[in-house]
Amino acid sequence: MRPFRYERATDAANAVALLARAPQAAFLGGGTNLVDLMKLDVARPELLVDVRRVTPRTIEQLPDGGVRIGAGVTNSDLAADPLIRRRYPVVAQAVLNGASTQLRNLATVGGNLLQRTRCLYFQDITTACNKREPGTGCSAIEGHNRDLAILGTSPDCIATNPSDLAVALAAMDATVQTIGPDGSRAIPLTELHRLPGSEPQHDNVLTHGELIMAVVLPPLPFATRSYYRKIRDRASYAFALVSVAAAIDLVDGQVRDVRIALGGVAPKPWRATRAEDLLRGGPVDEERLRRAAEAELADARPQADNAFKIPLARNAIVRTVLDLVEAAP
Amino acid sequence: MSTIAARVMGQALDRVEGADKVRGLAPYAFEHPVPEPAYLSAVRSTVAAGQITGIDCSRASAQSGVLAVLTYLNAPRVGTDDGELRILQSDQVAFRGQFVAAVIAETSEIARHAAGLVRVDYRPRPHDVELADAHGPDQLRVPQQIWPLFPIETDKGDVDAGLASAAIQLDETYRTPWYHHNPLEPHTTIACWTTEGVTLYVSTQYPAGVQHTVAEAFRLEPAQVRVRSPHVGGGFGAKLPRHSDVILAVMAAQLVAGRPVRFALTRHQMFSQTGYRSPTIQRVRLGADTDGRLVAVAHESVEQTSRLREFAEHATRATPTMYATPHLRTRQRLAALDLPSPTIMRAPGESTGLFALESALDELAIACGVDPVELRVRNEPAEHPLDGLPFSSRGLVGCLREGARRFGWQPRDATPRARRDNGWLVGTGMAASTYPAMQLPGTKVTIRATPDGRHIVSLAAVDIGTGTRTALAQVAADALRVDLDRVELRLGDTAYPPAAQEGGSAGISSWGATICAGADELRRRLSTEYGDTVPADGLEVTVDMPENQYLGRYVMHSFGAQFAEVRVHEETGEIRVPRQLGVYAVGRVVNPKTARSQLIGGMTMGLSMALHEASVLDPRYGHVVNHDLASYHISSNADVGAVEAYWIEEDDPYVNPMGTKGIGEIGIVGAAAAIANAVHHATGVRVRELPITCDKLLP
Ligand SMILES: Cc1cc2nc3c(=O)[nH]c(=O)nc-3n(C[C@H](O)[C@H](O)[C@H](O)COP(=O)(O)OP(=O)(O)OC[C@H]3O[C@@H](n4cnc5c(N)ncnc54)[C@H](O)[C@@H]3O)c2cc1C
Ligand code: SF4
Repeated sequence: MRPFRYERATDAANAVALLARAPQAAFLGGGTNLVDLMKLDVARPELLVDVRRVTPRTIEQLPDGGVRIGAGVTNSDLAADPLIRRRYPVVAQAVLNGASTQLRNLATVGGNLLQRTRCLYFQDITTACNKREPGTGCSAIEGHNRDLAILGTSPDCIATNPSDLAVALAAMDATVQTIGPDGSRAIPLTELHRLPGSEPQHDNVLTHGELIMAVVLPPLPFATRSYYRKIRDRASYAFALVSVAAAIDLVDGQVRDVRIALGGVAPKPWRATRAEDLLRGGPVDEERLRRAAEAELADARPQADNAFKIPLARNAIVRTVLDLVEAAP
Repeated sequence: MSTIAARVMGQALDRVEGADKVRGLAPYAFEHPVPEPAYLSAVRSTVAAGQITGIDCSRASAQSGVLAVLTYLNAPRVGTDDGELRILQSDQVAFRGQFVAAVIAETSEIARHAAGLVRVDYRPRPHDVELADAHGPDQLRVPQQIWPLFPIETDKGDVDAGLASAAIQLDETYRTPWYHHNPLEPHTTIACWTTEGVTLYVSTQYPAGVQHTVAEAFRLEPAQVRVRSPHVGGGFGAKLPRHSDVILAVMAAQLVAGRPVRFALTRHQMFSQTGYRSPTIQRVRLGADTDGRLVAVAHESVEQTSRLREFAEHATRATPTMYATPHLRTRQRLAALDLPSPTIMRAPGESTGLFALESALDELAIACGVDPVELRVRNEPAEHPLDGLPFSSRGLVGCLREGARRFGWQPRDATPRARRDNGWLVGTGMAASTYPAMQLPGTKVTIRATPDGRHIVSLAAVDIGTGTRTALAQVAADALRVDLDRVELRLGDTAYPPAAQEGGSAGISSWGATICAGADELRRRLSTEYGDTVPADGLEVTVDMPENQYLGRYVMHSFGAQFAEVRVHEETGEIRVPRQLGVYAVGRVVNPKTARSQLIGGMTMGLSMALHEASVLDPRYGHVVNHDLASYHISSNADVGAVEAYWIEEDDPYVNPMGTKGIGEIGIVGAAAAIANAVHHATGVRVRELPITCDKLLP
């Protein structure tokens, strides 16, 4: 671990300005990912700018019926929030399916969205990794890759995005509000993270010094019927092999709208738009679900150890949506 | 021999140090307050085999707060032949992760940072790190020595003829992966050189072992080395052999003589420095008649060791003890690889070996159409199947029957994949378990009686979190025939008489037997010399552990029966184990509370072995890549269902004066097989390679 400086930002603009001046600086949320990576010498910031007091720590209802979640809200508070639990249960479930109570008490919404991949080689500076050190090669492609991605990969990187929260937010069409050196903007959550292509070092589209202030959930009445299903190697405290966030709007047995997003299979939360399109406007039954899931996974490119994720994701999609339908009042 | 009367033994007492531990008042090795400590951080090799061609310490040395950098160029020469302990003695690298340098600094942060600045260049050699079936006989060897109690390989009758003639034949290969012990408390040391010698605080299962190893390595008299280990946060065998971390700390302390050096391994480092359980490849062949009576048993195991120190997991060692058979053969082979050395891990041999054997027995039960419990009863031997000696006590059948009753084993439809509950396939399985009842040499005890009625019992034994401090005091009270509050037990310090290691489930038996001998000697001297009155300045006796006169006349083992219920999701393959139940025959139970904790802890570790744990080697680099607790999965609370542990009454007059047979390890033995067998019953899928993960059960 290298020596570093620590500063507490006085307000959001100050946080942005502090980073703008220091190319080797990073925002600090709960530190549950960043500090770990610093101990491993993977992250080497010279300056940490603590943003916990300058990012909102509230969850509020918006005039249009949506909800804004401050980036400084802890994962625990988010999961416990009555509004979230009632209106967007998938979000609360996704958070509770991640990490542990102790970690969730510390972790923030902003930090959760920007946590880095759990690819084992990325976390080990004695091995080659294009994401950590561009151009050195990818150790995972011919190494241990059971946990890694089957969709959206590139010949340079097959890492997955580990966030459960991001998967639920992707299904809800959330947007991320930021302020940065060039002002404020809103980014659809599904466009926050990027696919590796030939630049796996860039996990997301944010510029240096761009601070996440909030996540906005649009009003989505049918999200009261939503569900997060996470499949992992132990019953708790493990990252997803495959996860599914789903919500469904059924009218007279016909799918008026459906949302499906996948975790554990891609470098970003994977919105299953192809499956959604196939399901909209028809009935839901196992057969149609299976075909939709298969269509979504048609482009999957498994590695030596993770081909099982294809049938697992297919079955998980089918089961999650069927459970939602069957649980309907 | 008859066992001593139990007045305090048998009581379910709380741990004497429990409240201190909860309040943080029980100091572990690293926490001992020492004046002006310096901190040590290690640099590990990044090649699996090769030669160091250059070390540049200039940037590390230039950091303010760095006191010294240790490399093979300036390290003290050590006087030990143990390859694992001979660190920083030459430019050779024997495995990836081996210590090649270390930094001593004013703070742990400076030390760690500076360690990252040491630059080491290597000329790598091609390495051989993969244990595979392909390892030809020329690369495999018979281990040179295993625990002396157990023959390395065994032969009885004509196995090949027996197998060939059997009506029912089974020939399967089972595999277990690497496991790392991962005690909660990492391996830690504080070392300080004084004019008299070295004082150490070490997290160890064997203070006297550390004392001797350090004395030998640094050419001191044992009396010049004092090792203190009052509390230890788990070991599971990893803290039993001496590892190079202690050597490194003592070397470092020599460079800054007079200042104590603190050294704690990181979790990452524990995956290369503290031993592990070797992977096994086990072939089991069974021949039986149509009623399931065994005609022949052949069990072969291939395991790995390092090039530095030999250790054999000895997965076949329990097999000769289990079932009656006219023809029996066990074989044991090792491949020496460019890897760290494996070591003892909870029930070495039994836990891996009985995964294979007890899975095979389940397969045999199905092939014969005999209930798995009944199959084991049918093959119960009257005497030890190999050497024909009687057992001092053998409770396997009692455990099987009592376990089946408590578990509700019957009625059981043996058909696989026949029970569904809301999308989950449900099954039950069972397995037998055993562990030898041992007494390890090397213990002395001093008992001092005072005129006010107290008894100070001291020995360099340790409590590694198991409850030994409490249970051993109970033994002492009954040995001395006094109330518990009259006993002051002093442990965890080589200033006391030496004690055998905390291992082999033999702690209470070895130390307790010695305390009993000490109590006898005290009574004898009091009555012959002092008219049964303690003299004004007290009376002290010191005794050695007595020989057990029944050794070689009886075979001494614990036994048990493990049962499990599993649920496997039909569509995702997710596995849950809502219930584990074990019944054990372990002789006398000294403290039912701490004993139960040991048994359910063992069963939970067996669950973890069945479903979760596996160290993943990347053969290109030569190291374990999931070297942290986020990726090396150990069962979490949510994985553990109802775990029930019971024991049957067993009075064994031959094992030792307490009648104890050891309880630390047997709980893990067979637990994984019971779960694997239940998975088969639930799904029809036989998983012969652990861990059983959802991908292996996906439809
Ligand atoms: C053992 C373990 C298990 C875990 N299991 C799971 C799991 O199952 N599922 C899961 O989803 N997660 C899991 N996590 C990860 C955990 O959710 C994240 O570590 C946590 O959410 C990160 O939040 P933080 O506030 O601590 O982020 P930090 O560590 O503080 O920051 C993470 C990153 O975000 C940046 N950042 C922080 N705040 C902002 C902001 N407002 N704007 C811009 N950038 C910002 C930081 O610069 C850094 O790059 C696990 C973590 C551990 C250690
Ligand atoms: S998959 Fe990506 S993160 Fe992992 S080693 Fe390859 S490049 Fe690095």
